[in-house]
Amino acid sequence: MLAYVIKRILSTLPVLGVVAIVVFLLLRLSPGDPAAIIAGDNASANDILQIREQLGLDRPYLEQFFGWIGQLITGDFGYSIYLKRPVLQLIGERVEPTLALSLSTMAFAIVLAVPLGVLAAWRAGTWIDQTIMAFAVMAFSVPVFLIGYGLVIQFSLTLNWLPVQGFVSIHKSVGDFIRHLVLPTMTLGLVYTALLARITRATMLEILNEDYIRTARAKGLTESRVLVLHALKNASVPIITTIGTGLALLIGGVVVTESVFAIPGIGRLTIEAVLQRDYPVIQGVILVIASVYVVVNLLIDLSYSLFDPRIRF
Amino acid sequence: MTDNPLLSVDGLTVAFSSPDGPPVAAVQELSFSLNAGETLCIVGESGCGKSLTALSLMRLLPRPHGMIGAGRIMLEGRDIATASEADMRMLRGRAISMIFQEPMTSLNPVLTIGSQISEMVKVHEGLDETACRQRALDMLKLVRIPEPERRMDDYPHQLSGGMRQRVMIAMALVCDPKILLADEPTTALDVTIEAQILELIQDLKQRTGTAVILITHDFGVVAEMADRVLVMYAGRQIEQGTALELFDAPTHPYTQALMAAMPRFNAEGAQTRLKEIAGIVPALHERGQGCCFAPRCEKATRHCFDSMPPLRLMAGEHSVACWHAGSPQERHP
Repeated sequence: MLAYVIKRILSTLPVLGVVAIVVFLLLRLSPGDPAAIIAGDNASANDILQIREQLGLDRPYLEQFFGWIGQLITGDFGYSIYLKRPVLQLIGERVEPTLALSLSTMAFAIVLAVPLGVLAAWRAGTWIDQTIMAFAVMAFSVPVFLIGYGLVIQFSLTLNWLPVQGFVSIHKSVGDFIRHLVLPTMTLGLVYTALLARITRATMLEILNEDYIRTARAKGLTESRVLVLHALKNASVPIITTIGTGLALLIGGVVVTESVFAIPGIGRLTIEAVLQRDYPVIQGVILVIASVYVVVNLLIDLSYSLFDPRIRF
Repeated sequence: MTDNPLLSVDGLTVAFSSPDGPPVAAVQELSFSLNAGETLCIVGESGCGKSLTALSLMRLLPRPHGMIGAGRIMLEGRDIATASEADMRMLRGRAISMIFQEPMTSLNPVLTIGSQISEMVKVHEGLDETACRQRALDMLKLVRIPEPERRMDDYPHQLSGGMRQRVMIAMALVCDPKILLADEPTTALDVTIEAQILELIQDLKQRTGTAVILITHDFGVVAEMADRVLVMYAGRQIEQGTALELFDAPTHPYTQALMAAMPRFNAEGAQTRLKEIAGIVPALHERGQGCCFAPRCEKATRHCFDSMPPLRLMAGEHSVACWHAGSPQERHP
């Protein structure tokens, strides 16, 4: 087990290395110059050149890259070009809203999607199944921002039940914290729910045809016991894998959702940084997100052995 | 046959709904009975409806298309064919238990052996955790699993096929059912294990008094186990009787052919060449109005193709569905 974990962690290093190279090059090769943006519209070519020199952007790419990597190894993610503050500190300040939104979205999706998927598989081919799957296709096809604005119009502007946008820290007021999270969670969660419900249904369908399910029924067990204890436990590995890989989907969605609801999270930080070509911040955010993704998927792989005794590391 | 059999099946028809047209019958007009403590063997080739018959006794026909089309299945005065799903849950595992052909896939891979057996006791008898576990352990000892205490916490993949079938048997018998349905319980196992499992079933049957319905295609197994035999072909019963009657005077050409298909040794101890039955069981939609076996039967005449022979009582409990059975004067031209 320990050997496996160490091996997995070591094997993530090349992945993160590739991510670093790609992000670095993507930023350098795409149009837009941070120096020009800082200097403003009325700056002369000379001003811009000076700023470029200050920021070190005039040096060869290789030198810039290895400089950055050297900093990273010592745990230094560099300074924001605009805010002149450490990148890690900026990310730290924005973690709470994003973490809250991601976790609540995941919880919302799991609580909704797994029972729906199980129900659809159990009643496969009936109107129940068809309704659930139609919902899933719809939730999957409608863009996140459209769902967001739709929910805001209905629940905030028309019914006046929930705030239109913003975020309140859990330390300030738990009630407000929750009230502000409801709509963003639903917005982001619906896509995720649809994905998870489909995977749950497909996996359960397969498992419900297994011999051991027939055995369970032959034992005189109730359908709920057959479905939950005997079938769902067997379906948990594919479902949990989807939760993990769906995290990538979630990260994309967080950026849009935070913009729609004006939540000061990592997603907003990323957009601001991209608009201003704030290279160190963009690079830092992407690397942190990639690391989180890698770690979460490692944890998910390790959790398999909890659900399936045949899997041992 | 006594007056009050434990189980009596009368005119059972199992059908599958079909998207284009009326339901197709896979088992037709099956009637038999089972007395307490008796072993009934249902014999036939693959696809003749043996397993469907067993599943319909459990009311576990493949959903949503399989259904009991007609007939009654009376178990101790109650009709299983029309019982509610809740009533069936009470009967399954407690009154009738079933073991299956594939021990490798019939146990849940993510639950321990112990929990799968004790679950039965918990659900049907509502005992506490310790008592359920003790019952499961006793049962593992009874089916002669080595080191039962350790095996309780093992998962199915840690056991061999033969051991898994023993676990299935332990699970099936833990609530003292009146009937054990065994659907080809040894087909997936090798020959030495087969003998052990059959011996175990025989032994447990004698100890517990459970009646057994054993489904097989192997007349060797029938000879060893059966009190009574029911031969099925293409969804119909074609011959039925006590084991003695059937082995003494197999009458239907199909039964005779099945018996001839058993491996035998001649006087010198050399194995003789196996006789096979030419052709295959006709598919559901290919079954005509005549005797289903006629296309493969050496004795078939035109009458056999034109009309279905009814089941006729020959002697004692021996009945046969064949136009060519019976005394010469009864025989149809």
